[in-house]
Amino acid sequence: MAQEPSLPVTRVKAVNSVGGKTLDTVATATAEPDTPQPWRELGLKEDEYLRIKEILGRRPTSSELAMYSVMWSEHCSYKSSKVHLKQFGEKAPHSDALLVGIGENAGVVDIGQGYAVTFKIESHNHPSFVEPYQGAATGVGGIVRDILTMGARPIAIMDPLRFGLADAPDTKRVLPGVVAGIGGYGNCLGLPNIGGEIVFDETYAGNPLVNALCVGVMRHEDIKLATAHGTGNLVVLFGAKTGGDGIGGVSVLASETFASGKATKRPAVQVGDPFAEKVLIECSLEIFAEDLVIGIQDLGGAGLSCATSELASAGSGGMSITLEKVPLRDPSLTPEEILMSESQERMCAIIEPAKLGRFMAICKKWEVTATVIGEVTDGDRLQITHNGHVIVDVPPRTVAHDGPVYQRPIAEPDYLATLSAAVVPQVESAEEIAAAILTLVAAPNIADKSWVTDQYDRYVQGNSVLAQPEDSGMIRIDEESHLGVAISTDANARWSYLDPYNGAKLALLESCRNIATTGAKPLAVTNCLNFGSPENPGVMWQFAETVRGLADICLEMALPVTGGNVSFYNQTGAVAILPTPIIGVLGVIEDVRTRTKMGFPRPELEIFQLGNTDDNFSGSEYAYLHGQLGNQAPTPDVPAEMRLIALLLEAQGCFESAHDISNGGLAAALAESVLRNNIGATIELPAQYIPGGVTAGLFAETPGRILISVDPADVEQLNALCVAHDVPMHRIGSTGGDALIVNGAIIDIPTLRDAHTKTFAGLFA
Amino acid sequence: MRVGVVTFPGSLDDSSALRAIRLAGGSAVPLFHSSDDLQEVDAVVLPGGFSYGDYLRCGAISRFAPIMRSIIVAAEHGFPVLGICNGFQILCESHLLPGALTRNEGLHFICRDQAVIVENVKTLWTRGYNQGDRIVIPIKNGEGSYQANPETLRELESEGRIVLRYADGNPNGSQNNIAGISNKRGNVVGVMPHPEQAIETLTGPSSDGLIFFSSILQELVGR
Repeated sequence: MAQEPSLPVTRVKAVNSVGGKTLDTVATATAEPDTPQPWRELGLKEDEYLRIKEILGRRPTSSELAMYSVMWSEHCSYKSSKVHLKQFGEKAPHSDALLVGIGENAGVVDIGQGYAVTFKIESHNHPSFVEPYQGAATGVGGIVRDILTMGARPIAIMDPLRFGLADAPDTKRVLPGVVAGIGGYGNCLGLPNIGGEIVFDETYAGNPLVNALCVGVMRHEDIKLATAHGTGNLVVLFGAKTGGDGIGGVSVLASETFASGKATKRPAVQVGDPFAEKVLIECSLEIFAEDLVIGIQDLGGAGLSCATSELASAGSGGMSITLEKVPLRDPSLTPEEILMSESQERMCAIIEPAKLGRFMAICKKWEVTATVIGEVTDGDRLQITHNGHVIVDVPPRTVAHDGPVYQRPIAEPDYLATLSAAVVPQVESAEEIAAAILTLVAAPNIADKSWVTDQYDRYVQGNSVLAQPEDSGMIRIDEESHLGVAISTDANARWSYLDPYNGAKLALLESCRNIATTGAKPLAVTNCLNFGSPENPGVMWQFAETVRGLADICLEMALPVTGGNVSFYNQTGAVAILPTPIIGVLGVIEDVRTRTKMGFPRPELEIFQLGNTDDNFSGSEYAYLHGQLGNQAPTPDVPAEMRLIALLLEAQGCFESAHDISNGGLAAALAESVLRNNIGATIELPAQYIPGGVTAGLFAETPGRILISVDPADVEQLNALCVAHDVPMHRIGSTGGDALIVNGAIIDIPTLRDAHTKTFAGLFA
Repeated sequence: MRVGVVTFPGSLDDSSALRAIRLAGGSAVPLFHSSDDLQEVDAVVLPGGFSYGDYLRCGAISRFAPIMRSIIVAAEHGFPVLGICNGFQILCESHLLPGALTRNEGLHFICRDQAVIVENVKTLWTRGYNQGDRIVIPIKNGEGSYQANPETLRELESEGRIVLRYADGNPNGSQNNIAGISNKRGNVVGVMPHPEQAIETLTGPSSDGLIFFSSILQELVGR
């Protein structure tokens, strides 16, 4: 039995008790192997608990148990998704652009001129349902720290969101809170919010999706990694003090193991302080600029447990931490709670002792608390002591990377056999056409989102070239060379529900199309895969098919996947959310001054549709408005999409405006292009191009189509380019006037604007 | 001509203000809140942002920064100061300008391209405009509703110290549609809209804001 001989017994009791109970040290764990432990309550399976005992050769201490339970959770270990996600490695296309791939905090791509860009999406779904404001706010905070951790200055954020039905009472609670949280945190950080999506569907009631994307930029030589090496180098915790917020499983542990005399307890949702994060960003960037860190990691999910075990296992493995040095907001926290706390706005850096003075001086300048809490050691053990007692002694890799891996059962779900084709009303008369367009543009999924996006600062930093509602967000990177990046996020969950393999491909294609429509070249992909319970074989089938589709299309289009995030258990009872793979694509544009906007800029332009329309309403908003889902997602024509992207990039000079035709079909795209600058349009849909007639022409959501306006002088040149790229080009009308006129149906602009803009204010103001 | 921009902890539009000064042809000098040294700048901009997280009250903590001691003394002697958004709030908290900025009517943060009328072209910062110019520059704030007692409002109106007034509707409940004011002398100006975010049409709704910065530079050159 190991002892702590240097301390007399009474002293041990004094320093070694928390809440009146004795600390569970490695010595105790060895001496008392049969102490019952709450592994089940912490979410571990019996075989997982036995595996921990096998790794350690004894039972874990309560601190070790807490660490393993969090790090081996679905959220941190990807235990259900790992076997599928490995396809992204196996099918990875060759890419010269990829500087840092999957596995780090965020992937990094080369955009030329010595610049590197990092971007990533993460989910904060469950916290945002429990506490919408803080859940969404800390979702932004977490993804921004991931980007910062790579050595990059964060330059923009985006938020793809999903909610239950727009008029459901709970949506009125969740949506305004989420929007205020994103705005409240992001605005205070000084990050322009340049895009995202808002989609309503009943399956998201009780399971809203709050995904947050951040993009950051750095010079190649400034890339930082999460690694700890060099014996004697120091482990420094800096940023906010550690509090009791965000302790999930451990509160269970605490109530099981420790006295119940303490107050119950701890919000499981973290509380954000954006001011602390803003200062932390500036402080970190100054530290990076002077090259003062060996490695760096932010403290997010699983807090210090995650940061220390990941840093150590990415380095030589040895690290010792003196836990009582961690500055606390709440001095009553137990060691287990300190290890598990998900208090926000904290970072952990590895620093050479010679550079500590300068590091501390910068922290002092920004009034950021910084504390040396340990050092890199010889050997391969992560050891954590509390007041001299060893409470954790583990091989860090077993915590961070050797979690369980499951091959979950997969079964094609029964619902697929029950689907039937969408039967939708056909519009013929001018009155029917006008009424259908006005209903569509007012539908919550299509309606103007300014009520939301006006609560986000899109201008700060002064480099926002495009922001919502444009097809992609675009940020200038270099004021001299005019180099920029474009970002878009997309998903059509209804198509994924009908056909998850093709749904994933279609989401990626739409995102790429959005990038190319604005004039940027698609370069790299990230994703956030939101699904129901992985223990449901039907959900697992949706997931497997989605990953297979995404890996296949990325290989086909030679786009590297730089990272991603999986969110399972978005499910209430037996009802899972629609499978929602949010695909983010990053593009690069050599000269942002050449970007193309979505709005018709002036009268007397010719309007064309690029691409053909099919008579299929499956998954469309028009079908949804008529209570239909349909049975067959479109089959992506990847070569045609790639030809279209090539054309879009080559023909930018011919476009006065360009707008992707997606949700709501051509009708929605026309309304949006008209309303952007109050320039009317007269449209005559040529029946011969559209097998389904006017109804399909206006409302089908066939992918691979773009609405453009062109100066008459450029039409000939554009036509030649379309022939060269084998892209169909259909003249459908011209700009001008103060109405949208479609096949004789006249909708004046004020009427169209009222229909499009009043929905959100009516629902949520 | 050297124009300084102060960075407080939580300042956000400092880099944009520095860029605006450069684009207007000036020499942009970053200043840090913790020093009282104005580094011989000829004018200073207090930029937008959430200094000290807007804790306590917007601008209430920043007004005590060492640099503000120097700015307050200099301003009382005619030194040109422009406060934008949070900078305007700091100027009110410092009592260099009267009144206060409170939560927007409707309680939401509002980011919008806003039409405003330039009503006073005698200040050091607005001399390049024509009286009555209608310009479009972004507003982006949560606490931009200008409030003052009736006496102060009468004084501001009668002395022509309303610099900018909202056009096409009042976005936030500001009294008398006030978007910006000046001190009696016209060297200290505070505005809620962000001229530094409207200096080029590539990244802003217009380039109308640039004249704030060219005005002060021309003024300084002429001295």
